[in-house]
Amino acid sequence: MENSFWSYFFVIVTFGLYIVIAVRSRANSTGDFYVAGHDVHPVVNGMATAADWMSAASFLSMAGLIAFLGYGGSVYLMGWTGGYVLLALLLAPFLREFGKFTVPDFVGDRYYSSFARIVAVVCAIFISFTYIAGQMKGVGVAFSAFLGVPSTIGILIGMIVVFFYAVLGGMKGITYTQVAQYCVLIFAYTVPAIFISIIITNNPIPQLGFISNMSGSDISMLTKLDNLLTDLGFLEYTQTSKSMIDTFCITAALMFGTAGLPHVIIRFFTVKSAHAARVSAGWALVFIALLYTVAPAVGSFARLNFINTVNDAQYDKSTSENSSDIKIAPEWFKNWEQMGYVSFKDLNDDGIMQYRGPNAPDGLQNEVEVNRDIFVLANPEIAQLPDWVAGLVVAGGLAAALSTAAGLLMVISSAVSHDLCRKTLFKNIDDKTELFVARLSAAGAVFAAGLLGIYASQLGFVAQVVAFAFGLAASSLFPVIFLGIFWKRMNKEGAIVSMLVGLVSTFSYIVYFKFLGGTQDQWFLGVSSEGIGFVFMWLALISGILVSFLTKEPPDEIKDLVEKIRIPRQT
Amino acid sequence: MKKNYWNASLRLTLGLLSIWFLVSFGAGILFRDFLDQYNIGGAPLGFWFAQQGSIYIFVILIFYYCFAIRRIEEKFKDEV
Repeated sequence: MENSFWSYFFVIVTFGLYIVIAVRSRANSTGDFYVAGHDVHPVVNGMATAADWMSAASFLSMAGLIAFLGYGGSVYLMGWTGGYVLLALLLAPFLREFGKFTVPDFVGDRYYSSFARIVAVVCAIFISFTYIAGQMKGVGVAFSAFLGVPSTIGILIGMIVVFFYAVLGGMKGITYTQVAQYCVLIFAYTVPAIFISIIITNNPIPQLGFISNMSGSDISMLTKLDNLLTDLGFLEYTQTSKSMIDTFCITAALMFGTAGLPHVIIRFFTVKSAHAARVSAGWALVFIALLYTVAPAVGSFARLNFINTVNDAQYDKSTSENSSDIKIAPEWFKNWEQMGYVSFKDLNDDGIMQYRGPNAPDGLQNEVEVNRDIFVLANPEIAQLPDWVAGLVVAGGLAAALSTAAGLLMVISSAVSHDLCRKTLFKNIDDKTELFVARLSAAGAVFAAGLLGIYASQLGFVAQVVAFAFGLAASSLFPVIFLGIFWKRMNKEGAIVSMLVGLVSTFSYIVYFKFLGGTQDQWFLGVSSEGIGFVFMWLALISGILVSFLTKEPPDEIKDLVEKIRIPRQT
Repeated sequence: MKKNYWNASLRLTLGLLSIWFLVSFGAGILFRDFLDQYNIGGAPLGFWFAQQGSIYIFVILIFYYCFAIRRIEEKFKDEV
């Protein structure tokens, strides 16, 4: 593609920057490696958390999903931000007050049991690996779509860069690269959005453009889009085909899942105090909201632009007779068609691309198939923005994928080196050996993640597998952490049962409906596998509480520990 | 006793979580059809809460919590 100069330029500059930061922030102790010495400024940590949290899915896929789902896309917007309120109010400050290194650390100490710790390790590693496969796939997509590099080579390059800062710097290196990656990704996301908002609504602020009128008319952008879509036989943009209970449960599963995701929680171990953890959660959400409030605007603008440029356009230039009043298929359509992102099948042999929904009033069949990711990837081209903007989008997508991958790698490596080796298997290794093991397991995790990404990019189901991560985090980790803080009576037996119930029930439900051909009419309470984590979270909570009542109380020192973490030390 | 501090902070948490529930699950999902008869700019109000409004309020909730819990800490300083 002709704009690949800018793509190379931005990718090389940003990757160079990440490596420079990595070399400058080497970790010297396990404290540095796991939690950046507990010494990160709350605003800096907020920014790092935002990058950690916003993945390839947020950057590349979410706006496209919303563009297609309309109101139905709200579950992602509310779900992936509302979880931070739960984190700030219910988990982060208390876990920080507890003052250790990992999530299994908390579970193991609070429930005075190595077995509980191991179950938590299994949950954390499983969640992180399902999530990381999507990131590595995203790296492959960004490289192959823009730089003409095969996806596998792209993933290898991504692995080498992550290897540098994760293995050398641990959490310390990751924190400062994530700050840089946040700046890159938010800039790359906002610039095209501002351009497009000006073009469509004449308002430079996308959040306001979203609720404004079309430029030069007195009809609102959303009404215009609703009308266009119903004319073509789609559902109105502001409506959804999902039932209310399913929408409710998916939103809730994503919220509680967000709060229970280990790679997000460990970011709050890196600040100085419980109060800093609260403030930091607030800043994290500010930085996340900057992207998440722009995304619905990008989604709706992109859908509008797509319909306006593609629908009823003539596919082939040469057959046009009076080309002056006929709309011709845009250049980008053919570029992206070669890469398999869009396709046109001329069903009625008229040479015109009819883009139609399932209930088209004119009875025509849909002839245009679209991959949703194109709405962010090709957005600059669709809106005819300058070449450098498209280059920026690649660098932003890579920043989003790599920053999240690094955070997940930390969870995996610390679960192995700290919880499995230091706390369970070889209790008397010294700090230096543990640091070495931590680097080694980070390296191993990078390698495994890369393989997973390469393997996963040949399969279609990565996006679906992400439902696993949230459902499992909501139903297995959230209940035990929450009860561990807010209910002193919760004991070891209750915790183990609760985690296992959540893990097994959610896992089997998702596997059954995603991979074994379960059908919609078999849904439990009418809830899809995306939302089931919320339902089974209650099952896990209730079974944990019941079992705790039936077995003996936790020892007094554990009750004292809970007392202690509830009240922050005065600073 | 530390109980007073903990109870005050639980009350605060519960209050803020009910707002959290109302703006997202309430305004964005359960009562959305009712709210959609009103508009904010060119967007139906319930739809706007689901895609914009709830997020802004989440941010405010967290910062208010930071402020209010500090005040509770001050108030029960001698107890904790």
